Amino acid sequence: MATPVVMPDHMAPARKSWWKVNQRWLAPWMFLAPGVFMFLVYVIFPIFSSMWISFYDWDGIGEATWIGWQNYVELFDDDAFYTSLKNNVIWLVLYMLAVPAGLLIAIFLNQNVTGIRLYKSLFFFPFVISQVVVGLIFAWFYAPNFGLLTKILAWLGLGDIAILADERFVTYGIIAAGLWPQIAYCMILYLTGLNNVSPDQVEAARLDGAKGFRMLWHVIIPQLRPATFIAVVVTIIGALRSFDLISIMTDGGPYGSSRVLSFYMYEQALSEYGFRMGYGAAIAVILFLIMMVFISGFIWKMIADERGGR
Amino acid sequence: MFPKPIERAAPATRFGYNIALPVALVLWLLPLLGVMMTSIKPAADLTAGNYFGLPSSVALVENYTAVFENSPIGQYIWNSFKVTIPTVVGTIALSTLTGFALAVYGFRANLLVFFMFVAGNFVPFQILMVPVRDLTLDLGLYDTTMGLILFHVAFQTGFCTLFMRNFIKALPHELIESARVEGVSELKIFWYIVLPLMRPAIAALAVLIFTFIWNDYFWATVLVQGSHALPVTAGLYSLNGQWVAAWHLISAGSIVAALPPVIMFFLMQKHFIAGLTLGATKG
Repeated sequence: MATPVVMPDHMAPARKSWWKVNQRWLAPWMFLAPGVFMFLVYVIFPIFSSMWISFYDWDGIGEATWIGWQNYVELFDDDAFYTSLKNNVIWLVLYMLAVPAGLLIAIFLNQNVTGIRLYKSLFFFPFVISQVVVGLIFAWFYAPNFGLLTKILAWLGLGDIAILADERFVTYGIIAAGLWPQIAYCMILYLTGLNNVSPDQVEAARLDGAKGFRMLWHVIIPQLRPATFIAVVVTIIGALRSFDLISIMTDGGPYGSSRVLSFYMYEQALSEYGFRMGYGAAIAVILFLIMMVFISGFIWKMIADERGGR
Repeated sequence: MFPKPIERAAPATRFGYNIALPVALVLWLLPLLGVMMTSIKPAADLTAGNYFGLPSSVALVENYTAVFENSPIGQYIWNSFKVTIPTVVGTIALSTLTGFALAVYGFRANLLVFFMFVAGNFVPFQILMVPVRDLTLDLGLYDTTMGLILFHVAFQTGFCTLFMRNFIKALPHELIESARVEGVSELKIFWYIVLPLMRPAIAALAVLIFTFIWNDYFWATVLVQGSHALPVTAGLYSLNGQWVAAWHLISAGSIVAALPPVIMFFLMQKHFIAGLTLGATKG
């Protein structure tokens, strides 16, 4: 009998609580929606889109023609592709020097003397500057006839070497420029790491007579593992992303000898040599696959940490 | 502390260290110092072959005004600000939301979405280049600062989500639990409880993203052409082509272009380094 009276009373909270009941699983998706949407549109979807484009012959404006694997077939017969690939390997290997070099400088600077904070900031300086500016600075440093390096080499009796115009040295010259900010980056990672090294363990090891290199190798470096991981990750990514310096310092020259895959891709797809979007996309896919090997490694390690950590 | 504090070393070592510090710094910054010196040299010094000696007179004002008068660098710098600041705001807005969602809720796709952001953040730019350029053209945003902003916001959200999520995860979870028991809605938990605690993370990301975007060169060349929208990095590249061998102008222009992130870094150093070294200490 009382039901009609109770009914609306029941209904009201029931309707209100739909949100109350469901907000726990709906809320995350509402928070995620804008970010995930943007990321899907501008990052995830384009990856697959590029793979698709790599099977076409397309100038970017007109009709695209499906040509199957032909771009890849052409690529495997393209000397410029192999030069770029070889340079990518050189970049990757030599760029890794940034990790120990950064550690070395970090150890050198990890003291408590007056003004050390300013020194640390100034050592970090190269990382804050744009790669375009770093490229211009080094182009000037290497300039033939009057560049500072040329002067130093001449003073050492090594003669006049135009680093950026010489096919033998050009890639190494650009890598040296790239190492400058990258070493600064690794240094700052290690300075933070060294700051968190457990003093007890260091003191204990010291009492056991460990010092110098043995201390570094057996006590300090194991504790720096998180910093090393990040330093290696950012250095690998940085090496494979190298583009700015090459574009600024040599534009891929002389005779394309300083190209890397990222630069060669850009040149094929968007330069005065014509818009070969399909061929460019094929180069990008190869670069992506190389990068994927490393990315999977990082992700695999991060998942392991996630599982173990919490 | 490693290495052994220098205060405990012999006086000779201490003295040596205090000499070695400035020497190492000068060597480390040698290329930069050279460029700074060149930027205040009168043009006559360069034609006379005085590249490394001290400037015969200080042409600081002349060179720097010449850079602004003879080139659109003022416009380029303004464009850089027009790209950088909205990108910082947009990225932080999106990534506080995504970071919150991934840190607080244990839904099934959580790790999948999280690793999508992390992995996407590492891909080479070239695999995105052709489709992103097409998309920007289709949206009618090619050669505008807006086209650059949208891409930068989307891409930087990847890195910032990783950062924000880890930051929120480290906050005490009981805070959120007890608010839920009180019946506070999820939106209010985000706005009134979590967001105020995120200030340090927001500050760190703001300086980092500012620097990354200011220094971006690749996307500036891919998505923009005309000097009305060209950021200073790409602008500097085209000026370099015009000012062949006018090294005093190139140097002055480079220093001008580098200045905003440098100032930002010195003002917000603590936040900048906290952002950059995220994860460098936790086991």
